[in-house]
Amino acid sequence: MDVELLIGIFPQVLLDGIILGFMYALIALGYTMVYGVLEFINFAHSEIFIVGAFVGVEVMLGLKSVGLLEGLPWPVVLILVLLAGMAGSGLLAVAVERVAYRPLRNAPRLIPLISAIGISFFLQDMIRLFESLWRNAFNLVYPTLDVLNLRFELTETMDVSVKSLVVIVGALLMLWALHLIVNRTKVGTAIRAVAEDQAAASLMGIDVNRIISLTFLIGGAMGGAAGVLFGVQYGLINPYSGFIPGLKAFTAAVLGGIGNIPGAMVGGLVLGLLEAFAASYLSLLTGGAFGAEYKDILAFSLLILILIFRPKGLLGEVVRERA
Amino acid sequence: MIQVPLSVGVVAVSALAVAMFPRSVLVFLLFQGSLLFVYRARIPERLRWSLLAAALLVLMPVIGYFNSYYLEVATQVGIFVALALGLNIVVGLAGLLDLGYVAFFAVGAYSWAIFGSPHANIILRGGFPLAGWWFYVFLLVGLAVAATTGILLGLPVLRLHGDYLAIVTLGFGEVIRVLANNLDKPINFTNGPKGITPISRPPTPFGLPYGEYFYFLALLIVVAVVIVNRRLEDSHIGRAWEAIREDEVAARAMGVPLVRMKLMAFACGASFAGVMGVLFSAKQVFINPESFTFLESIGVLAMVILGGMGSIPGAVVGATVVTVLNLQVLKGFSLWLNELKNAGVTVLGYSLADLPTQFEPAKYERMVFGVILVLMMIFRPQGIFPARRRQRELGG
Repeated sequence: MDVELLIGIFPQVLLDGIILGFMYALIALGYTMVYGVLEFINFAHSEIFIVGAFVGVEVMLGLKSVGLLEGLPWPVVLILVLLAGMAGSGLLAVAVERVAYRPLRNAPRLIPLISAIGISFFLQDMIRLFESLWRNAFNLVYPTLDVLNLRFELTETMDVSVKSLVVIVGALLMLWALHLIVNRTKVGTAIRAVAEDQAAASLMGIDVNRIISLTFLIGGAMGGAAGVLFGVQYGLINPYSGFIPGLKAFTAAVLGGIGNIPGAMVGGLVLGLLEAFAASYLSLLTGGAFGAEYKDILAFSLLILILIFRPKGLLGEVVRERA
Repeated sequence: MIQVPLSVGVVAVSALAVAMFPRSVLVFLLFQGSLLFVYRARIPERLRWSLLAAALLVLMPVIGYFNSYYLEVATQVGIFVALALGLNIVVGLAGLLDLGYVAFFAVGAYSWAIFGSPHANIILRGGFPLAGWWFYVFLLVGLAVAATTGILLGLPVLRLHGDYLAIVTLGFGEVIRVLANNLDKPINFTNGPKGITPISRPPTPFGLPYGEYFYFLALLIVVAVVIVNRRLEDSHIGRAWEAIREDEVAARAMGVPLVRMKLMAFACGASFAGVMGVLFSAKQVFINPESFTFLESIGVLAMVILGGMGSIPGAVVGATVVTVLNLQVLKGFSLWLNELKNAGVTVLGYSLADLPTQFEPAKYERMVFGVILVLMMIFRPQGIFPARRRQRELGG
């Protein structure tokens, strides 16, 4: 075994893991916020996330067709695309809640979950239908900006591209903004109150329905931002590419303790790092017997193990059971 | 009593129509609808069952003789009916939402695929494929292997409830699929994404063609599964499952052994899928992991939900409707649209020939499943043919 190689790639793998981790953390926030308020797994969140990526690519292609992609300064382009993706996903999340979840709020627990699975499948094919009719293609490629592909060499074996920095900075900004909203504003207090006790919150004059919509809006917007960053980082998107990252992000949310916002961030980072290391080291350590594909099995096995042995997750939020 | 001549007439007319227009999708749908009508009509039991038997045992193979594609559709319907009935036990009776059900189907399919093809020579030493008659033994082997897998999955997840259980079974389904995709090294068990072929088929009795043979075999298994389901539903096991579904704590207080009953639900549901998996691999001659995706699990769930959770006729009708929608209606619509395109038809001044080439209605299975799940949950959670007990409970 080539120990030097193993040590040599370590910093690069660490960096890749952090990028992946921030992406998972952003998506996981959507699951965890909704779970915190409604105790319900928003299965369609993976599609809300990928819709953000599609809105982003459409805006970029639109800018390109009028010649503004190169014309505007690149940070402006990125901010525009990010805002568009967030708006698209946030509004979609609110609409989905309104149509498919609100009528079922008092139904037995499995009913809204099945409805959410239905919405997830429906949205996948709606994206496909829309893009097929509009562009005659549903596998879309993010237009590249030259500046994003610049790479800085940090050490001999490790370099970082501008787009990776964009992902990290963007994710950190989002997480910081969310922290401010939830912990420092009146609306944030209301969200926490509804999560704590819906009936009591409504007695205190909080419009519970509005707060639930707002939760979906914020969670959806975070997912949309993650979608745009996903597109920028990996380039190729299709209507079905949200599913696996969504499932991983859910794993991250459970890992950190579902319903717990800092937990989602910790869980995302831990899962991202684990996956990056599994993808790079499994094959090296086992002499090629187990390839990088086993990282998926690792993630799902982790999910199963946590749910069985520590369902409250790393940060130990108590999970309440609804009858 | 007007329904008696009506029932006979409907079956006769639709069968005649199929004979006259053997290529028409609509007419074949009419034939299927007539069976449903007979099932629901108020006629003497003996007449009902002889009409249904005549249609399924005689008319259907005759139709298949003229148009083998319909026989293929009917066989697929049979496979999915058995899957839906299996999932119905787990989801409908015991109330355990299983999102990775197709994994058991995969386990059954791979158990015959590996030993019924030369592929096993790579793992063991020589002597494979097994002779065709081993297929019948493997129907039981597939059942046993799938049931064991069900118990192995059930053991660790017994402590989970509701949506957590659903997510874990989903993860389990994905693990099985990823394993099937990657277990071509270090030892080649599944041949990875390339799949396994050729898988042997059993010798057929009376020189039946394979189309008819698999149709009759699927029908036989479905009948067996329905009988087992019926008997289970009214047994103390079925009652225990329903008690667990309604209220676990109360069920335990009444002395229902939770662990044993839940494991039994997983094992029973899985075993039906295992048997059909063996049949599926022999029928297809070739299998690869593509046939066992999350999409299939949700498809089977949509069948159960559409028909009505916990209802046996519901599962049968749900499986038929969804399979026919996918295999015939979507595909038929695609073909029809293509014909219109080629004929240069315009709608409201828009030439259909200008439709984007990537727009293929046949590919929108997910939309069908999604719409079914959402609409049923919002408007009719008890399903089209609700189980009697559930009907009372949800006020159907």
